Amino acid sequence: MTWARKSLSDRLFDLVLYAAMIFTVVVTLYPFLNVLAISLNDSTDTVRGGIHIWPREFTLKNYETIFQYSGLMTGFRNSVIRTLAGTLIGVISASMVAYVLSREEFQARRLFSMLFALTMYFSGGLIPVYMLMRDLSLLNSFWVYLIPGLLSVWNVFIIRSYINGLPYALQESAKIDGANDFTIYWRVVLPLCQPVLATVALFIAVGQWNSWFDTYLYNSSNESLTTLQYELMKVLQSTQNNADAARNPNMAQNIAAVSPESIRMAITIVVTLPILLVYPFLQKYFVKGMTLGAVKS
Amino acid sequence: MEPLTTRGALPMEKPRRSGGFWQTMGRQKYLYFMSVPFVIWLIVFSYVPIWGWLMAFQKFRPGRSIFEQNWVGLANFAELFADERFYLVLRNTLAMSVMGLVVGFTVPIIFALLMNELKGQFFKRSVQTISYLPHFVSWVVVAGLVTKMLSTEGGAVNSLLLSLGVIDAPVQFMAKGEWFWSIVTASDMWKETGWNSIIYLAAMAGIDPELYEAATVDGAGRFRKIWHITLPGIRPTFMVLLILSIGHLVSIGFEKQFLLGNPLVIDYSEVVDLYALNYGIGLSRYSYGTAIGIFNSVVSIVLVLTANGIYKRLTKESII
Repeated sequence: MTWARKSLSDRLFDLVLYAAMIFTVVVTLYPFLNVLAISLNDSTDTVRGGIHIWPREFTLKNYETIFQYSGLMTGFRNSVIRTLAGTLIGVISASMVAYVLSREEFQARRLFSMLFALTMYFSGGLIPVYMLMRDLSLLNSFWVYLIPGLLSVWNVFIIRSYINGLPYALQESAKIDGANDFTIYWRVVLPLCQPVLATVALFIAVGQWNSWFDTYLYNSSNESLTTLQYELMKVLQSTQNNADAARNPNMAQNIAAVSPESIRMAITIVVTLPILLVYPFLQKYFVKGMTLGAVKS
Repeated sequence: MEPLTTRGALPMEKPRRSGGFWQTMGRQKYLYFMSVPFVIWLIVFSYVPIWGWLMAFQKFRPGRSIFEQNWVGLANFAELFADERFYLVLRNTLAMSVMGLVVGFTVPIIFALLMNELKGQFFKRSVQTISYLPHFVSWVVVAGLVTKMLSTEGGAVNSLLLSLGVIDAPVQFMAKGEWFWSIVTASDMWKETGWNSIIYLAAMAGIDPELYEAATVDGAGRFRKIWHITLPGIRPTFMVLLILSIGHLVSIGFEKQFLLGNPLVIDYSEVVDLYALNYGIGLSRYSYGTAIGIFNSVVSIVLVLTANGIYKRLTKESII
């Protein structure tokens, strides 16, 4: 239907519709662009205010300053390692369990499925879990980033429903060729699961990259185990609560040298950028994965 | 939670072999090797902490095992219900959950309805990609952005309100307790609206196009089609999500409140989980903190069962 042939109310509707969409886009993007502009602007100039989405006096000095701060580099390294390792482990474990639970003839299938499903409705709570970590000597250790979150039951069910949709004949023919169950999983099922594995991998990677609370709760006394989100959290909280800044001489020095706002914004960009670069490419996968997981459960 | 999927193109007979329990187990040894380690992991990390609930009925002293503690019955719960602070944090929790529930359901549905009316594929895709974006950044980053946008020194919100003449002087949003609930709700809306609309868009895509064609023939306009076809079409999805989130009313977590809150607004920002964290771990009162956790779980379960009961009565179906 062409514009001229539309009724007045239809045209009005379209006008409101496009206005609302453009408003959404602006409101969503402005904070990011604003932060980017401030992080690239000369810090003394920033204090004058009025920076919106374009830096007034372009400089990379803020970034040079934060990369000299050792906590940030340690945090960056730990965040990258936990994201890569956590994603790899998470995808393999969830897909392996999903495969086993998809095999209807498996003896313990009902029992195991029930054990996994039940955990979606309750948890021990913060303190018993904290005590467990303590008793397992996971406090002050890098393992606390990987082991407690080894497997997500939600991901298991997403992958399992995907496997259930695959033609069973493929598994059957591999079995006739003499493959054992592990070989079937590794050589037949896993390669066919690529789209759902991409979704799950993205979810796990985002979760790992964005996680800060485990660092705060379990590893905050050990500086070598810090993560990028935790470093950002410290910097943001310290501006709200200046007493914290005094406790961290390294950071306080940097804050004295450059305006804290530019620093905060530069760190925010460093923390955000990796995710923003990756996610648009995986969008088509996760939209499918989300739908699969939520509509059918 | 059993997914309702059908097998692929060729319906083949499943292997049904005879043999005793141990024989089957031997034949399925690879399946056991692949799953038993994870079941052990599950028991350790999800079921063992349930034992920790016993702590709530004890006066926990560090250094002793859970069986050597002094039992105090319901004393921790009595103390909890006698604490005025507890009712304050409960009020905050419920206020923020209910606000979050209302906004978290209406706004994504409206957004999905609008998206569904967009015709240009490129424009639609671009809006979608941008609207999902905030979902992928952490709450730490969002809290930073929110603080920046609301700041009195060049924050976008204050600048805008000033230039529109709504206010005469910048408002210190982050320092005023009465603003805190709205700030949390609005931040959540900013972060998750696009993401939460995916599921409704998917449900809308699944509606039979013939229904719309028939309605057009009958002379229905845009709004009538939305009201009589699209909205009823997403009702099942909506109900399932609503019941699931009612269960989480009390356990809203504390990430946002922790990151956006500050000492000035603590009477509005402290929620049940944060209270448990501050008392339980901050002050090493493990038994008391655990009692709070149990209270949370019990209320959640009651809420889910109630919501499911109502749904069952209305539709003769069950979700759990």
